[in-house]
Amino acid sequence: MARTRLIQAIHDAVVEEMARDPKVIVYGEDVELSIVGDLRGVHEQFGHDRIRNTPICETTLTGMAVGLASAGYHVVVQMMFSNFLYTGMDAIGNQMSKLRLMTGGQMELPITIIATIGGGSANAAQHSDTSYPMLMNLGGVNVAVPATPADAKGLTKTAIRSKNPCFLLEPNGRGGELGEVPDGEYLVPFGKAAVRREGDAATVVAIGRMLKPALAAAAALDAEGLRVEVIDPRTLVPFDEDCVLSSVAKTGHLVVVDEARECCSAASQIAAVVAEKGFSLLKGPIRRVTTPNVAIPYAPNAEAHVIPGEARIAAAVRELLGRTENHRQGVPA
Amino acid sequence: MTATGLGDNPQRSHAGDGPSPAEALRLFETMVLIRRVEERLRDDSAAGKLPGAVHLYIGEEAVAAGVCAHLSDRDYATSTHRGHGHFVAKGGDIRTMMAEIWAKREGICQGMGGSMHVADISKGILGANGIVGAGLSIATGAAFGARLDGDGKVSVCFFGDGASNQGALMETLNISTLWQLPVIFVCENNGFSEFTPSAEVTAGRIADRARAFSMPAAEVDGNDATDVWRAAGEAVRRAREGGGPSFIEARTYRIQGHFEAESFVLGTGRYRSDEEIAGWRQDNDPIARFRSRLVSDGTASAAQLDRIEAEVLDRVNEAVAYAEAGQPADPELAETLMFAPEES
Ligand SMILES: Cc1ncc(C[n+]2csc(CCOP(=O)(O)OP(=O)(O)O)c2C)c(N)n1
Repeated sequence: MARTRLIQAIHDAVVEEMARDPKVIVYGEDVELSIVGDLRGVHEQFGHDRIRNTPICETTLTGMAVGLASAGYHVVVQMMFSNFLYTGMDAIGNQMSKLRLMTGGQMELPITIIATIGGGSANAAQHSDTSYPMLMNLGGVNVAVPATPADAKGLTKTAIRSKNPCFLLEPNGRGGELGEVPDGEYLVPFGKAAVRREGDAATVVAIGRMLKPALAAAAALDAEGLRVEVIDPRTLVPFDEDCVLSSVAKTGHLVVVDEARECCSAASQIAAVVAEKGFSLLKGPIRRVTTPNVAIPYAPNAEAHVIPGEARIAAAVRELLGRTENHRQGVPA
Repeated sequence: MTATGLGDNPQRSHAGDGPSPAEALRLFETMVLIRRVEERLRDDSAAGKLPGAVHLYIGEEAVAAGVCAHLSDRDYATSTHRGHGHFVAKGGDIRTMMAEIWAKREGICQGMGGSMHVADISKGILGANGIVGAGLSIATGAAFGARLDGDGKVSVCFFGDGASNQGALMETLNISTLWQLPVIFVCENNGFSEFTPSAEVTAGRIADRARAFSMPAAEVDGNDATDVWRAAGEAVRRAREGGGPSFIEARTYRIQGHFEAESFVLGTGRYRSDEEIAGWRQDNDPIARFRSRLVSDGTASAAQLDRIEAEVLDRVNEAVAYAEAGQPADPELAETLMFAPEES
């Protein structure tokens, strides 16, 4: 166990998996010096055949992953910002997510695609998207959204050992955050959510980068006497429905916090699942706290305006529970 | 002609020379097999027996046959929406291919892929593909794997003149040259991209696109099996020996419509004349040309070739009977096949 930065946790996971399995091959644009920082220095250890810089050609990077995986390798592609997945989308949407079914189960495509998601860094609209809704809709790929350094390590290792295409979506701007990370063999299973804070007043599901403001909101609400349960799903595909439903059984209220745009967001999907399978558990409507259906603006104040933050999350919980700011206890109104 | 005995190991063939008699007969057989399969698909499609559309390769057989003659099951190939010929030439089983096109459980993809997606991974056939140009990067990735394995495997990408206008061609020409990958790009220039004549949408000479990357590029008569065989032999040898990628532009002609039942879609619309099609059919049929050469240079007698043709027809009929008698696909597979089971 050691205090480790999130990008270092991903780095360590990739290095450990490369050392464990010589079939793990890594490539991407600038992976050697690594703009995101997660793979910096890996090439010094493993050399050009195992990890290398590519030209800028996302269509080919995702497509080559399909071919290289077909040739028996486990491919790790670092795509930088998840916006660049749009450029490389054919091989994702038409090939890797479908070929196993289309070949009658002949193909196994162990591919891990790493990219950052989310805004908050004044990177403007083309470098700030939270683009997992399109991936979730494909059906044939796993989607992991680590929010802590430990999960970043454990989910990366699970992804690299998977026999299926997996997206590991790093929270943008959180790469430097520190957390306790177990040494060595540490795998986080897909499809197992984590309860980050226990409570009985309402369930708040917070995805990836949204965990931090959700926990901050929960702390503020605690001071008002509202004990909120905060769930980090950790993977969106597969999704741990049981964890969310059993929390809602306890609290009767659900808020889903998602940095993706509202339309067809992960929050929409989670809300639908709970409405279908847990309607009788609910004491009120489900609330989605998402980015509105807009491009992420550049100006930091405008960005903060559209991306969900602590205040909006807390307000959604209060509103659900019929509270106003005046109910705050021990805090000047 | 090369010395005898090469027929069993295509990898030992010498480019520059023509195929040995044994190799020539196998080329002939492969082309005839593709033709008979395709004719049967044409007829069964017209009779409404096939659930989906088929894109036929009639008239282009020399390309698949001439290239795949140099490949073994260990080598990779990616194919196109017009992929039956590549599947057959690369050694795919015509019974399970037919069953696939008939949407049967016995199909090579258990009925989940169909005509545009026939694949046999065990034979390095990474699949026909419904996305024009998708094979470029997949073949390049497989070639990267072959390069890392370092055991002389190669990867072939078949694609059309239409696909050559996808940006991915430039990306893959670049990366395969940089990384010296054992990939052979085989552009089947059949003159059309759906209903659009190639010249209307394709600037310059396609092979020049490869030359811009200093990649060896050959332009061959795609209806001349020997010509294709020679160019492919040289490209495959170069790739196996670590000499990097090559490009072959094979000029050919699509005899059938873009897909069967094209006329229903076109109505009265036309994009080529009947005379043009008839001209290619009569004067430039790759199988007829190769057959008369085999007879005239004494490689085989007409009777010998007739026998091969008859045997092939029997095999095709048997394959169709197998497909027809197959079980309907299992609909539940759609739910169980999406993900590979993880080791627990
Ligand atoms: C990405 C994509 N765009 C368009 C199509 C529709 N389409 C199917 S085949 C075809 C023409 C392809 O021409 P070419 O590559 O020359 O192959 P050919 O059909 O001549 O064998 C088109 C446009 C497609 N399948 N995929």
